[in-house]
Amino acid sequence: MVTALFYLLAGLAIACAISCVYHKNPLYSAVSLIGVFLSLACIYLTLSAPFIAVTQILVYAGAIMVLVIFVIMLLNLDEDKPLNSLTYLYGVGGGLGLLLIAQAIFVFYAVNTAGQESVDSTAAGKTLSIGLAMYTQYLLPVEIVGILLLMAIVGAMIMSRRIREPNQRKAEKAVE
Amino acid sequence: MEPSLETYLALSGILFAIGAVGVIYKRNAIGMFMCIELMLNAVNLSFVAFARHYGDVTGQLFVFVVMAVAACEAAVGLGIIITFFRNRESIDVDDASIMRN
Amino acid sequence: MEPIVKTLFPFIVISVGIIAVFGGVMMIVAYTVLAERKVLGWIQGRIGPNRVGPWGLFQPFADLLKFILKEELIPDQSTRFIFYLAPLVALTCAFMPMIVYPFGPEIVGSFDFLPYGLGEGIKSLPLRVADLDVGVLYVLAITSVGVYGIALAGWSSNSKYSLMGGLRSSAQMISYELAMGASVIGVVMLAGSLSLGDIINAQINSTFRWFIIPQFIGFVVFLIAAFAETNRVPFDLPEAETELVAGFHTEYSALKFALFFMAEYVNMFTVSVMAVTLFLGGWYIPGLDYLARTVGMEWLFGVGTIGYALISHVGFLLKIFAFLFFYIWVRGTLPRFRFDQLMNFGWKFLLPVALANVILTVVVVFLVGRFW
Repeated sequence: MVTALFYLLAGLAIACAISCVYHKNPLYSAVSLIGVFLSLACIYLTLSAPFIAVTQILVYAGAIMVLVIFVIMLLNLDEDKPLNSLTYLYGVGGGLGLLLIAQAIFVFYAVNTAGQESVDSTAAGKTLSIGLAMYTQYLLPVEIVGILLLMAIVGAMIMSRRIREPNQRKAEKAVE
Repeated sequence: MEPSLETYLALSGILFAIGAVGVIYKRNAIGMFMCIELMLNAVNLSFVAFARHYGDVTGQLFVFVVMAVAACEAAVGLGIIITFFRNRESIDVDDASIMRN
Repeated sequence: MEPIVKTLFPFIVISVGIIAVFGGVMMIVAYTVLAERKVLGWIQGRIGPNRVGPWGLFQPFADLLKFILKEELIPDQSTRFIFYLAPLVALTCAFMPMIVYPFGPEIVGSFDFLPYGLGEGIKSLPLRVADLDVGVLYVLAITSVGVYGIALAGWSSNSKYSLMGGLRSSAQMISYELAMGASVIGVVMLAGSLSLGDIINAQINSTFRWFIIPQFIGFVVFLIAAFAETNRVPFDLPEAETELVAGFHTEYSALKFALFFMAEYVNMFTVSVMAVTLFLGGWYIPGLDYLARTVGMEWLFGVGTIGYALISHVGFLLKIFAFLFFYIWVRGTLPRFRFDQLMNFGWKFLLPVALANVILTVVVVFLVGRFW
């Protein structure tokens, strides 16, 4: 049952990922990527990690991708242009991709974990255990992440602030 | 019967490969950004699979940290993209070869 | 036969639960639409719909029939796939939170009468579909995914009004989600759990019975953020009809429009249930169990009986209806915000207040735990 569900979701995730890379229109890519995130969230549920699954939807699908779609709609982007000068990148990309997939298949066949008994514990995914670990054993990383988030907020605000007035810029363009 | 650890790792590897190809293949900054998110997610999957395998909560905390970093990346990265678009009227990374402006 | 039935039994139970919940919610939503038109009519000194059936009681069905039979128009330059996808996303995300809500207390009893020994070991019948460990987060997450329905509809229609509506909607949702999440943290801290069932139990065992008393600031912030999340007046900028024709659903007609329309009302219901569960004790009516003990009629409506569950459920529905009425009342009373006012209000007032509430709750919980 879980296996069938896993293969269904894994197929969906891979199909959406390929579609994300394949489509030239950024909005199609974004919608496909949301599909990947949602199927990964369902896979986390089968891995008995409900907290991570819900956070995945909340952070990735609910916040990051909304921002991305907002930017795509705001800038009104058209389709991706084809490569003009760097055509050899197709070859490099394809080669690298094949290499990585070969590596994944190698991992699948060569690494044998049959000898090790997997610890069957569903308690690890509970909110309580995550919260306890987060605020006792891993307090320092959590604090560092908090500071990082604060820096990101300040950075994003400074970055997207309009430094020059639009009229001034137009005047400059006219001069050029 | 549940799928084994290797199966999850293989899925994670395949997703990572697709994301890596996408970063090289895409020409606009938003597309590259999305492919990087895809790679981060592939890594997250392997973390959660390991956490399940060893019955340990550490892997899931790593995922949590990765998500926070991804959120920072989204905020700053999209800020850069908007500023870049404002200056160049394009988000093609090929146009980012000049440091001026 | 027996093993098949035993394997299928949980699926059948859950499916029946989901169908019952969805059917009930659909009926409530249909009559919310009618109630909205009636109440708005009264507020504005009109009568409201009164032609179909007595007092217009069959109006929702007439509306539905009209939506089904109307011609469907699809803009020529639209992105077909996403245009079809958007209303489905909106309605699915509106319905999905239903499965974690507790609609009433557990009914204790033995279920040995079921064939094949299916009732073995089952001590009680909970009036909910699933009790997730992360219920509150789940609801917030699904609500935040719901914005895609509106954003994608706005983008795929290939119309400037729709695009403006979609843009406004995504900006608004991101801003007010934060305040909503922060306002819930206080309740979660008092209850010590993210599961909705545990939150209700914590309220029953708390000093004030309902969390609205210790968390009044959180409640007000939640209510305002909820108005924004459901795109209702005074925050209905995504569909502001005086500026944007009809906002994100300008190009939608017939059944697709009906799906958006339904999604909005289901969202209203969802948010009302959230407010009732988090702040008003859910299905719990203070004093009902005590009354049953003093009158000596515990066999009829003592804790765990069907009578208790029924009365609690009716109380729960009444609380929700009060919230829905409040929504309609506000719609009939308040004007619309301007977009910059909306953003300023969300980021510079609502979010700081919600965070201050979190800090206040932390301090009070710490002091109470320390000195009492």
